[in-house]
Amino acid sequence: MSIDNDTHATDTDTSDAVSQLEHDDLHSHEISDKNYVIIALLLAVLTAMEVAATEISSFPSSLLVPALLLMMAVKFFVVVSYFMHLKHDAALFKFGFYIGLAGAVVLYSVVLMTFHFFVN
Amino acid sequence: MSDTTTEPRATPEPEAAIPPGYDDGQDHIGLAHHTTTGLSNTKLAMWLFLGSECLLFGGLISTYMLYRNRQGDAIGPDQLWDIPFTSATSFILLMSSLTMVLAVSAAKRKDERGTRLWLTVTALLGGLFLAGQVYEFTVFYREGLGYTTSLFSSSFYTLTGFHGVHVAVGIIMLLSLVGMLAKGRIVGDKAETVEMVGLYWHFVDVVWIVIFTLVYLIPA
Amino acid sequence: MAIIERPTDSPALAGAGAAVVTPSSSYGYFRRPVQSSGWKSWVFTVDHKKIGIMYGVVAMVFFFIGGFEALLIRAQLAQADGTILSADKYNQMFTMHATTMVFLFVMPMAAAFANYMMPLQIGARDVAFPRLNALSLWTFVFGGIFINTSWFLGGAADGGWFMYAPNSSVPFSPTNGVDFWTLGLLMTGVASQVGAVNLIVTALNMRAPGMTLMRMPIFTWMALVVQFLLLFAIPIITVALFLLLFQRNFDATFFSVADGADPLLWQHLFWLFGHPEVYILVLPAFGIISEVLPTFSRKPLFGYPFVVFSGAAIGLVGFGVWAHHMFAAGLGPISVAVFSVATMAIAVPTGVKIINWTLTMWGGKLWFSTAMLFAVGLIVQFTIGGLSGVTHAVAPSDTQQTDTYYIVAHFHYVIFGGAVLGLFSGIYYWWPKVFGKMLNETWGRWNFWLMIIGMNLTFGPMHIIGLQGQPRRMYVWTENRAGEGFFNLGFWNLVSSVGAFLLGLGALLFLVNVWVSRKNPPAPADPWDARSLEWITTSPPKEHNFDRIPTVHALDEFFHRKYEDVGEDGQHDYKQVRTGEQVIENEEANAEAHIHLPSPSYWPIILSFGLLVICYGVIYSTLLVAAGAAIAILALFGWALEPPTADDSEFEPPSSDGGQPSKELAHV
Repeated sequence: MSIDNDTHATDTDTSDAVSQLEHDDLHSHEISDKNYVIIALLLAVLTAMEVAATEISSFPSSLLVPALLLMMAVKFFVVVSYFMHLKHDAALFKFGFYIGLAGAVVLYSVVLMTFHFFVN
Repeated sequence: MSDTTTEPRATPEPEAAIPPGYDDGQDHIGLAHHTTTGLSNTKLAMWLFLGSECLLFGGLISTYMLYRNRQGDAIGPDQLWDIPFTSATSFILLMSSLTMVLAVSAAKRKDERGTRLWLTVTALLGGLFLAGQVYEFTVFYREGLGYTTSLFSSSFYTLTGFHGVHVAVGIIMLLSLVGMLAKGRIVGDKAETVEMVGLYWHFVDVVWIVIFTLVYLIPA
Repeated sequence: MAIIERPTDSPALAGAGAAVVTPSSSYGYFRRPVQSSGWKSWVFTVDHKKIGIMYGVVAMVFFFIGGFEALLIRAQLAQADGTILSADKYNQMFTMHATTMVFLFVMPMAAAFANYMMPLQIGARDVAFPRLNALSLWTFVFGGIFINTSWFLGGAADGGWFMYAPNSSVPFSPTNGVDFWTLGLLMTGVASQVGAVNLIVTALNMRAPGMTLMRMPIFTWMALVVQFLLLFAIPIITVALFLLLFQRNFDATFFSVADGADPLLWQHLFWLFGHPEVYILVLPAFGIISEVLPTFSRKPLFGYPFVVFSGAAIGLVGFGVWAHHMFAAGLGPISVAVFSVATMAIAVPTGVKIINWTLTMWGGKLWFSTAMLFAVGLIVQFTIGGLSGVTHAVAPSDTQQTDTYYIVAHFHYVIFGGAVLGLFSGIYYWWPKVFGKMLNETWGRWNFWLMIIGMNLTFGPMHIIGLQGQPRRMYVWTENRAGEGFFNLGFWNLVSSVGAFLLGLGALLFLVNVWVSRKNPPAPADPWDARSLEWITTSPPKEHNFDRIPTVHALDEFFHRKYEDVGEDGQHDYKQVRTGEQVIENEEANAEAHIHLPSPSYWPIILSFGLLVICYGVIYSTLLVAAGAAIAILALFGWALEPPTADDSEFEPPSSDGGQPSKELAHV
């Protein structure tokens, strides 16, 4: 193997290509300002629904809590995926963030479980 | 604002002098082909940091959830919460996320005035949110919820306090960014710097989405 | 971009030596530091090599401080009814011994290696964020000093390194010691957290062309896993530390049982961090010996992918076993059973590594240098510690073992026998590269054997006295509880104490070695005929590391540049076609013309100092908090407004006789 083989070889061409692809990808998924406003309105509506749900006294607690958690989760992922652009961003960013998120949810849920938190 | 520079102050060197993919040990923002993954150093760093922040807030939230019903004889959540008011401040913070994203969008279009405008609005909305928090806490305090009143109170104020500090730091960053953009003191990719501050700001908003539901809405 | 100006006839750019440049810009009073020699070139440096060396030196100082604390403990326990330490002093001693060894020696020493070696191993010129790197260093240094000033300021922390609440709250720990501990660890936590982000981005984004993840040297891989562990574990202890801080300083009731609190909250939060922490301690050592063993067996690492994946598995599963530190805390049978099984599972990937290391040596041409001795020592000693660990995994037997010296035996075998032996292996292995001199091999042997004999005499008997019931953290043992015959506590405590002093002597021999080796002739660039990229540099490396960033075509790239495979029919037969020196010369001959390095900066150390002032302020005076915050905010703004590389106008080439200042780096 020649050690003078110093073409800054294929990997950089690949990463050039990758960054070009990503660039195109970003453009094709470019969210317009108008769409951002629509998403924000959606989030506002969800928040209103959450608050309304707590006002309805006929809602049994066993249904209310999962419903609230679901709406919370939807809002969470909408902001992360679209406002923070994670949906159309590199897998490595998703990895770094979601590992932390999943880790936190799992670990702290286990801790709360040992405190019998989820037992009514 | 960040560890970036690609714009030299002196005469710029021709790009041809630096072979593509050549890593000279400096962080390059916006010059994605200078990193192995093709991704920006700062952006990767920010996402890793936000991943770690999930564990910070997770711990504070868990502590609150554990202690939320332990107020003894003192005043408890049911008597304290003013849901309409908190809904309003939550809405304000949510809208600040929208204005933040509009700022990033303006920065990408190189619309400098628009960027500074939306960043300022974001900071103002954030400030409004914080003002609402402060008002809310003074009301709680007058109603008998001090920091050391009960486990519930300590956990509540600690959780929301940490969040509030994060918001305050965010506001400082936003305003500093506006100033630095106006004075041309941002080195490197301006749009990306705005985007980084945006990621932090959205995360702070996202934490509040969780807090609002778990703390205020879910019945104790 | 600014280029460092050097006159063409400047002296050889080895190590830190370079033409002295002085700042001259009209930038105002706070000129950026640009010195390349003298103390300022160390204090304001952002060069990962200098930072790595400072991490290592400071860590070594804390090693001896922590060791001295251990010797006081062992002197106290050498006889019944010891009088050397009072009960209160004893509590402080074991707390600070553990805190110092874990947070101020092993972690920073591993950081020293990661900082110095990772960029070199991946073919980079520095880390991703050089100023953040400096911030990590100085925050660690100030944090370590801060914790230790507690000895002179009312007493050190006395709640054990795990600082269980409510014992650590004010009624039971009235001095400021616990606050020094809490705030100091918050500072070192910032250092680790920032460093974790920095090194992850470095390893992922700054590899040389051709270096895929599966061609990364194994030490870099293990260091990368460790950074992920730090990234996710440090925030958890940060929460615990803040809760304790607020409890002690603002009368919060997080751990006050009388107010309805649950003391297990502290235990969960602490051990959620604490268990990944022990893998943070040992994985760097595993990475080091994964480099050392192949080099001195003249064979590639056996099963490189297995070693990589088992490292990642240890990291992942390591987050799932924390409650095995709480088996006797009253968790209930379901929790205990789950964590018991998980703990047994984690022995598997570690076993995979032991097998791979052993098979690396099998059939190799073994060269027992001191570095190799320490590496083999790790395999043997860590296995012993691992075996006792397996017995802890079985919850019923752990219920007898917990809080006895049996546990102390276990963790010293894995921490000392694992992490510390591995770190010493790395010190001996990479010393010629870092400092340009060989360490003396004879003194090295004495250093090694005395440490091995000492550690086994110290910690071996602890298995026995532990199973006989001697509890941890008791400042005396008495004759009437000492038992008879073979298991007499008195005899084994004495053996253990004698062993500890032998161990201390062995450690001192390392310092002796450093001293007698200081006048050795310059070391070759490749003294061990090594395999990875960090050896394609001079000894010590030039400031810019590589004259030309190498292009990587294989794992063990350096090895493959020296040896060609002339085997036939699928058989490998490696013939040396070049020496290491020739490989390096070839790189020098093809040196790049423009090399850019990040410039030094004041702001990291100023920011760290601001944090230090805040910490003293929390204990003593709100005014100090405000002052520290002001310094910190000033530093943050200064940092944000300063570009990573100094402007050309900030350099003024020295007037050397007849030398023409040039914009190029001088070729050596």
